[in-house]
Amino acid sequence: MALVLILLGNYTSVLDPIRSKLGVVSTPFYWVTNIPSRVSDWASERFASKAKVLEENAKLREELLIHKRRLQQMASIYAENIHLQQLMNSSETLKERVAVTELTGVSPDPLAHVVIIDKGSNHGVYVGQPLVDADGLMGQVIEVLPFSSRVMLITDSSHALSVQVNRNGVRTIAEGVGDLYTLELRYVSSTVDIEEGDLLETSGLGQRFPRGYPVAVVDSIVHDPGKPFVRVTARPLAQLDRSRHALLVFVDSAASATPSGVEAASVESPKGEG
Amino acid sequence: MNIETQTHNYTVVVLSFVVAMCLSVYPLPDSWQWFRPEFVALLVIYWVTALPHQVGILTAFIVGLAQDIVELSVIGLHALCLVAVAYFCVLSYQRIRSYALWQQSLWVFVLTGIHQVFWNWAQSFSGPNSDSLMFLTPALVSAVMWPVILIVMEWVRIRTHVRQY
Repeated sequence: MALVLILLGNYTSVLDPIRSKLGVVSTPFYWVTNIPSRVSDWASERFASKAKVLEENAKLREELLIHKRRLQQMASIYAENIHLQQLMNSSETLKERVAVTELTGVSPDPLAHVVIIDKGSNHGVYVGQPLVDADGLMGQVIEVLPFSSRVMLITDSSHALSVQVNRNGVRTIAEGVGDLYTLELRYVSSTVDIEEGDLLETSGLGQRFPRGYPVAVVDSIVHDPGKPFVRVTARPLAQLDRSRHALLVFVDSAASATPSGVEAASVESPKGEG
Repeated sequence: MNIETQTHNYTVVVLSFVVAMCLSVYPLPDSWQWFRPEFVALLVIYWVTALPHQVGILTAFIVGLAQDIVELSVIGLHALCLVAVAYFCVLSYQRIRSYALWQQSLWVFVLTGIHQVFWNWAQSFSGPNSDSLMFLTPALVSAVMWPVILIVMEWVRIRTHVRQY
């Protein structure tokens, strides 16, 4: 009987409504097991020494200043970009909304890289929605429950996404291998211009992730003459094992059908003044 | 045994399983995930051995379904594993009771090993399964944890006046 259930659950969608209803039951469990880390967060906030707080404050101010300067350039680059796109008769830029979410749990299955977040269908989360943290892309929503959702990280061994090299726009596929610190690039022929330290960003192909979010940095490239493809590994930029807060990106589905646009998150200023 | 003590027993059993499920979803760092004991399976073994006439294969099935829902895994996955464990437990509880602690641990290793084998096999329907023998690590950790679980649960059982028979 259990076997029948497993097969039903795997190969049909009969059980899906039951699953999403009953899944509500699981939310309090993750909430309860999340209490210790919340307490430690709270404690480190409460009992931080004044000197430490001041130091952190100074650091944040510095960072803010740097980011503000970047933002000044951003405005002009953004304007320039829109202008150029108008010249090229390109479709309008897509607007993205984000919502802050908290990671409340990790899937207990050691084979899967799946985390549980505290936003669900009641907050408008949908399947396939990208999740990013401050440094890069984390993953996508694979199951939505009323008050929580499951997010598959990009390093899960059943996850792959289309990426492009930020330097020259070479497109490849980044695949998870079940290791939190490694992505592998598939089908990279040995003539492709790719170097260690190259930044990989989402290409927008596949229409799941919006274009331009940083994904990983190329770690190592192994040329094996006996193999048809080069073995390229990359290190994900997102703090997949450390982030507690992440951003859910709401992409307007009408706009995302046309894969062009500017994303504020990743535009670097290569030319200095815009 | 009258109805009242039976319902009382069930409350204790259910509460213990709720705690076990909390432990089984407690967030662990990725590299530690394999070293999490199978708390729910251990409790199934414990309760089947302690109350074989009240906790059996059907209970294991229901608990397994509950665990699947809590862990958000494929429905029926843990139900299958726990039914297997409960089945072997029901067959052998009389012997287990008379074993020394270390012998029990050995037996628990075998049972949780069976649990893991079923888990790994059922997992292969839906996605990646472990390609090494790594999936047996939880069984080993569970066996090591067994004396602790046994002592804690005996204490709980005696404190809550659940009679073994």
